[in-house]
Amino acid sequence: MKISATVTLKKDVLDPQGKVVNQTLKNMGYKNITNVRQGKYFEIEVDEKNKEKAKKIVDEISKKLLTNIIIEDYTINLK
Amino acid sequence: MKSSVIVFPGSNCDRDIAVALEKFKIKNQMVWHNESSLPKSDLVVLPGGFSYGDYLRSGAIASKSRIINDVINHGKKGGLILGICNGFQILIETGLLPGVLLRNKKLRFLSKNVFLKVTNTKNQFCANYKNKNIIKLPIAHNEGNYFASNNLLKNLESEDLIAFKYCDENGNIDLKSNPNGSANNIAGIFSKNKNILGMMPHPERYIEPILSGKDGALLFESLNKSF
Repeated sequence: MKISATVTLKKDVLDPQGKVVNQTLKNMGYKNITNVRQGKYFEIEVDEKNKEKAKKIVDEISKKLLTNIIIEDYTINLK
Repeated sequence: MKSSVIVFPGSNCDRDIAVALEKFKIKNQMVWHNESSLPKSDLVVLPGGFSYGDYLRSGAIASKSRIINDVINHGKKGGLILGICNGFQILIETGLLPGVLLRNKKLRFLSKNVFLKVTNTKNQFCANYKNKNIIKLPIAHNEGNYFASNNLLKNLESEDLIAFKYCDENGNIDLKSNPNGSANNIAGIFSKNKNILGMMPHPERYIEPILSGKDGALLFESLNKSF
């Protein structure tokens, strides 16, 4: 089963890379872009047929490794 | 005194720190990250560098390596641990030290000398800075911007757990002397029992005048004296 996880910096945490991308887009003439936040995207293949069980495993690894929960949030999506 | 320097793929200050430890009569051995157990040590050092190429987050992969459980147990039992630069980032990722290290505020890799105020000399790492509490050490990092909740910062200040703060040559701790945006100008912190020290500056690079400075030597002398 394929599951994806997206990790982003929490709202209050400064995201310098997102800021630079935002500024560059403005410089390129995209005046209606108001904000960009950069994150990480993981595609995870789990050898597990039960959706809930697979989701639980990905939730666990997101907490333990993929995310630093002090500064980042994550969302999990089943394909 | 016996020390172990843990070597990860991508560590690049491991030999410098080994030379520094030996110079100050600390008997050192190198320990590969994939070893399953830690040899008997009084001090464990996590060296600077780019463990695992900084993949995922600086220090994140190293904090799950095979040797690390023994390092965590060593720290929890009161054993000394010193994390320098990437080693500090690893200590943060293991949870042995609180807070987080973000990218430098101005997004630049910083490689320069900075002045530091030694804010706590009542511990085994910094005792010899008693009569010299403004020092100069090199920094070389991209993620050294220490960030913590207001509560945690208050706690670090009131419990006296801050080891070093960035300052100017006269010891003034202000925005101008803060190279990377760290909260409260923090350059290094202790664990609650002061047996674990994480710091961004590199004491091992300044251990004798021929290397342009010797302010790092006092840290190793303090460690040696504590045993």
